[in-house]
Formats: sequence, C-alpha cells, structure tokens
Amino acid sequence: MIEFSDVSRNFTVGDQQVQALRNINLTLGAGEYVSIMGPSGSGKSTLLNLIGLLDRPSSGVYKLDGMDVTTLDDEQQARVRREKVGFVFQSFHLVPRLTAAMNIELPLILAGVAAEERKTRVKQLLQNYGLADRADHRPDQLSGGQRQRVAIARATIMQPSVLLADEPTGNLDRTTGWEVLKLLEGLQDQGITLVVVTHDAEIGARAKRQIHTLDGRILSDAQRA
Amino acid sequence: MFFRDFLTLASSSFLSYRMRSFLTGLGIAIGIAAVILLTSIGEGLHQFVLSEFSQFGTNIVSIQPGKTQTHGGNAGVFGSTRQLSLDDAESLRHLPYVENVNPSVMGNAELRANGKTRRTTVFGEGRDFARAFTMKVQSGSFWTDEDNEQARAFVVLGSKVRQELFAGQNPLGSYLRVGGQRYRVVGVMESKGQVLGLDLDDSVFIPAARAMELLNRSGLIEVQVSYRASVDVNEVIRLVTERLKERHGREDFTIISQEQALEVLGSVLDVITFAVGALGGISLLVGAVGILTIMTMAVTERTAEIGLLRALGAREQQVLLLFLGEAIMLSALGGVLGLLIGIGVAQGLHWLFPAMPVHTPWFFAVLAECSAVLIGLLAGVMPARRAALMNPVEALRAE
Ligand SMILES: Nc1ncnc2c1ncn2[C@@H]1O[C@H](COP(=O)(O)OP(=O)(O)OP(=O)(O)O)[C@@H](O)[C@H]1O
Ligand SMILES: [Mg+2]
Repeated sequence: MIEFSDVSRNFTVGDQQVQALRNINLTLGAGEYVSIMGPSGSGKSTLLNLIGLLDRPSSGVYKLDGMDVTTLDDEQQARVRREKVGFVFQSFHLVPRLTAAMNIELPLILAGVAAEERKTRVKQLLQNYGLADRADHRPDQLSGGQRQRVAIARATIMQPSVLLADEPTGNLDRTTGWEVLKLLEGLQDQGITLVVVTHDAEIGARAKRQIHTLDGRILSDAQRA
Repeated sequence: MFFRDFLTLASSSFLSYRMRSFLTGLGIAIGIAAVILLTSIGEGLHQFVLSEFSQFGTNIVSIQPGKTQTHGGNAGVFGSTRQLSLDDAESLRHLPYVENVNPSVMGNAELRANGKTRRTTVFGEGRDFARAFTMKVQSGSFWTDEDNEQARAFVVLGSKVRQELFAGQNPLGSYLRVGGQRYRVVGVMESKGQVLGLDLDDSVFIPAARAMELLNRSGLIEVQVSYRASVDVNEVIRLVTERLKERHGREDFTIISQEQALEVLGSVLDVITFAVGALGGISLLVGAVGILTIMTMAVTERTAEIGLLRALGAREQQVLLLFLGEAIMLSALGGVLGLLIGIGVAQGLHWLFPAMPVHTPWFFAVLAECSAVLIGLLAGVMPARRAALMNPVEALRAE
C-alpha cells in the first residue's frame, strides 16, 4: 500500500526552483497494475523515484505499508528498498563486467544471503525467464530483450512487493517490448504491485489503472472498466 | 554482505582492466621493491664494503707526499714539495706507540725464472710489510734487516707468481730476475685474491730501496704506520706530523687514517641508502597518486553502476567499502609484487656477490605490505567517499 499525501518535489537549478511534483495525493493498493503516462518533463520518473525511496519529497508525507518512510535515515531507506522495491530501467543498467547470473545475484549479495541459497534462487529465476543457457554470458553478449529479462530477474529476486518500471520497453523493438511487458504483467498476476511509466499509449492502456501527469500534477487517474 | 563476496565484487573491476591495474600497481611495487631491497642488502652492503677496506687492520695511518686540502682534490704542488724518503720512514720508527713502519713504492717489471717470463706488479716494501697489513706469509719470511744503503736482493712471491714460475718446486732459495736483476726468493705469500682491483697474488715484494732504484723513483709513494690499538689515532697523527714537519720544515704531506677513510666510505653508503630510500618514497608517493587517479576515474566511469547499487538497496557504507576495498587490493597486490621483486633482486645480488650477506627480515616485509595497504586506504578514501555520497537518482541518470 502506497500513500502520498500532499507530496511535492522541488529542484533548485541555479537560483531557479523547478517544481517537478506539486502536491501529489495518490494511493496505490497492493497488487495494482498502474501505468503512468505524460509528456516529457511532467514528473513521471521523479514520482517513480519517490515511490522507490531513491529520492525524498521536499514536502508531504509518504507512507509505505502504513509506515511513514519520509523520516527514515539512509540506512533504513536502503533496507526498505532492498526488501520491498524492485527497479527496472529503460537502459537495463546491468553491470557490464559481471555475468547474467552474477547480475541477478547482486541484490542477494548486498543483502548478505548465503551462497547456497543464492545459487538455487538465481538458477530458478534463470529457468523461469528462459535464460538458463545464458547464465555465464556477460551483458554485451546478450540481446536487448535478454538484458531486460536479466534486469527483471534481478529486480524480483528479493521478492519485492512493488515493481517500478521506468519505460521498460523504451530501448526494445516492438515484439521484444511486448514480451517483456507480458513478463511484468505475469508478475503482477502473482500479486506484485506493478507501476509502469511509458510513452506508449498502447502499452499504457493495458494497465487497469492509468495515471496521466502534466507539469508535476496528476491530470487524470482512471480505472479501466 | 559476506567477506568473500566483497572480495569478488571489489576485485571484479580491476580484474577487467588488467593492463591499467597492473600499471597502477607497478608504482606501488617499485616503491616497495626499493624499500625491501634496501633493508635486505643495506646492512650486508655496509659489512661487505667495510670488511673489504679493513681487512688490513684498522689501526694504520698512511702518509703521502703533497698536501691535500680538506675539501678533496690535490691542491697542486706549490713551492717545493719534498718527497717522502726512506729516511723519513725510518725516523718514524722510534716514535711512541708506533709498532710498524712500512715504506712503499709500486710499479711494473718483468720477471724471469726457469726460462719463463711474466710481467707483474712489483711492490717495494719494508720488512714489516706483512705484519703491518696482517698478511700471511705461507712459507719463508720477509727479509729481516733493512740496510737502506745496501738493501739485499731478496724477493717474496705472490702465490700466483710462484705457481706460474715455480710450478711444482720449492722456490725458496731459488733465484729470480726482476727487471734484469737477480733476486733470491725468501718467501711466498698466502693467496689473498683481488683487493679493491689489485691482484696481490700476481705480484712480487722486494725491499723498497731496491724497488726505488729499479723503478727509477726518487721518493716513496706512501709510508704506512701501524700503531698500538689502544691509542687514539689523533695522538699518532699529531706525533707523525710533528716529526715530519721537523724534517721537512713544513707540512707538505698528507696523513690519512683508516678511520677517516671508513668515515668517508660510511657517508658514501649513507648517501646511497638515502638515494634508494628517497627513490622508494617518491615511487610510493607516485603510486599513491596513481591509485587516487585511477579510482577517481573508476568512480566517474561507474557512476551509473553506483546509482544502480543504491537502487538495489546498497547502503552508502557498502558502496564506500567496495571502492575502498578496490583501492586497497590494487595497492596490496602492487605491494606483493614489490616484495617479490625486492627479495628477488636482493637474492640475485647475493648470487652475484656471495660475500655480501643478504637478509630480508620478516618484520620488514610485513611492515612494507602494511604500508602498501595503508597507501591504498589513504588514496582510496577520497574517491570512495565521493562514490558513497552520490545522489542515487542523479547517478542513475549518468548513463
Ligand atoms: N536532479 C534534478 N535537478 C533539476 N531538475 C530536475 C532534476 N530531476 C528532474 N528535474 C526536473 O524535474 C522535472 C521532471 O523530471 P522527470 O525526470 O520526472 O520527467 P519525466 O516525466 O520522467 O520525463 P521523461 O519522459 O523525459 O523521462 C523536469 O523538468 C526535470 O527537468
Ligand atoms: Mg523519465
């Protein structure tokens, strides 16, 4: 459960204030499928970063699963991020010198999960995402779709409750993009909260709940019938 | 995060840039190698050179004609410098504390015996030569009297000359021609080997008076005076100076004590030690700057990765440790390489000069490695802190 009350995010650029988000009130229930659309610069990524605790609001309160997370210190926020949030990025963000398996394993390593357990969990995910024969390949030896699948595996290996995807299909061709989206939707079917930022209206339309942003505000917030 | 995983992650980056990492580590390696080499051979080199110099005994002063100024270099002969004569040497014999006096000249001459000829160094010495320089006569002995007017034609052979000219026979009592004159062999020296570039075995020793005549020299090259070990060298120098001034009317000679020579030698060794030490220090400094540079570059190159790690739930501290660990590992591996190079070169020197003792104390090796780690730590702190304190959102946008 994600609750934003009166959340704003300002940036200071030189001596100018940029209001990336203005007084956002928003509640996302557990297991929802939400798409966020809007023109460039309207605050979509900023909103996603706030949800994922990568960024802090300038004002307002953010409650995650009933807990006020705006007052947490860096270490506590890192812990929440590690345990509850998974990120998927447009540009994949794989570590180039690590194998696919190692990239997927990374969150488990940071969390201090024992090696044997890590191994079984990584193996399982590689299987699930059709990457079993790519385990030892480095990112530059993988196709775009495979890279994004590795990134999704990495985002979900900690079994987070929220999956945040910022234009996950933006760097992929149409067919591959659809495959990746299907994968994300499959995860949502299993109960994860899925938030997808997209420029593609067709993709955005697939979500049950569609939010449009403009100029740091929520322009519309509609449930599909 | 487990320590093993920490090592894997921290090393993954510099392992993927092998050449770059190698060159960075090399700076540290050269510094550590220099330091280790120095500690391994420092004492050995000192002992080696000292023993080379002091094997003739340390309580000896040498008197040479001409006045050398304190700041080195012969000031040139101004006025008339009198040469040192046999009588000068003789006059020192009865000074207090003096044990042996040896007049000395040196030159080359042809030897002939048993139908063989050989050109060697001829030393003209006094009867006390062997005693003054604590050299051993293997058989026979030096001549005992010393009549300067009519020195007898006696010769003592170096071991190599004996071998070359009198192979398989007892040379004592035989005759040998030195520069055409007949000499009777009265002794053979024990083998001494090369000493500071002179092969004493390939030499013969004849009375100084005869050598001066043979070599056509009007003065001695040097007079050596050995004195009682319990006496202060300055007292001996004072007495010798006084006596010779009396005879020459001025101080136109130079007295060099072994102690002074050893002091000069010691300071030369100190300069070498200092130079190698400074080289090591500078190299370590350069190595540290290299690590700082490479880590600053690494942090910039991997900004997006740092953002990603934070997004995956890495704490600031974990990011800090990863980059710090990388810097320390680079430096520590450079240190290990340096230890290997340093110890290797030291052992190589020992192999080339077996007389030079080489010893790498455990403690220093550990200390050197610790300083390498410390350098990595110091050089890594700034870049690692920058990585840790990055804003994760901005870092992620860096790609
Ligand atoms: N770190 C920052 N410093 C200054 N201004 C920023 C910063 N991050 C975002 N902004 C500004 O905030 C506004 C919203 O940015 P945001 O990245 O959320 O837009 P977006 O909707 O994701 O756009 P796009 O579709 O192009 O990704 C923009 O005007 C942007 O310039
Ligand atoms: Mg964006």
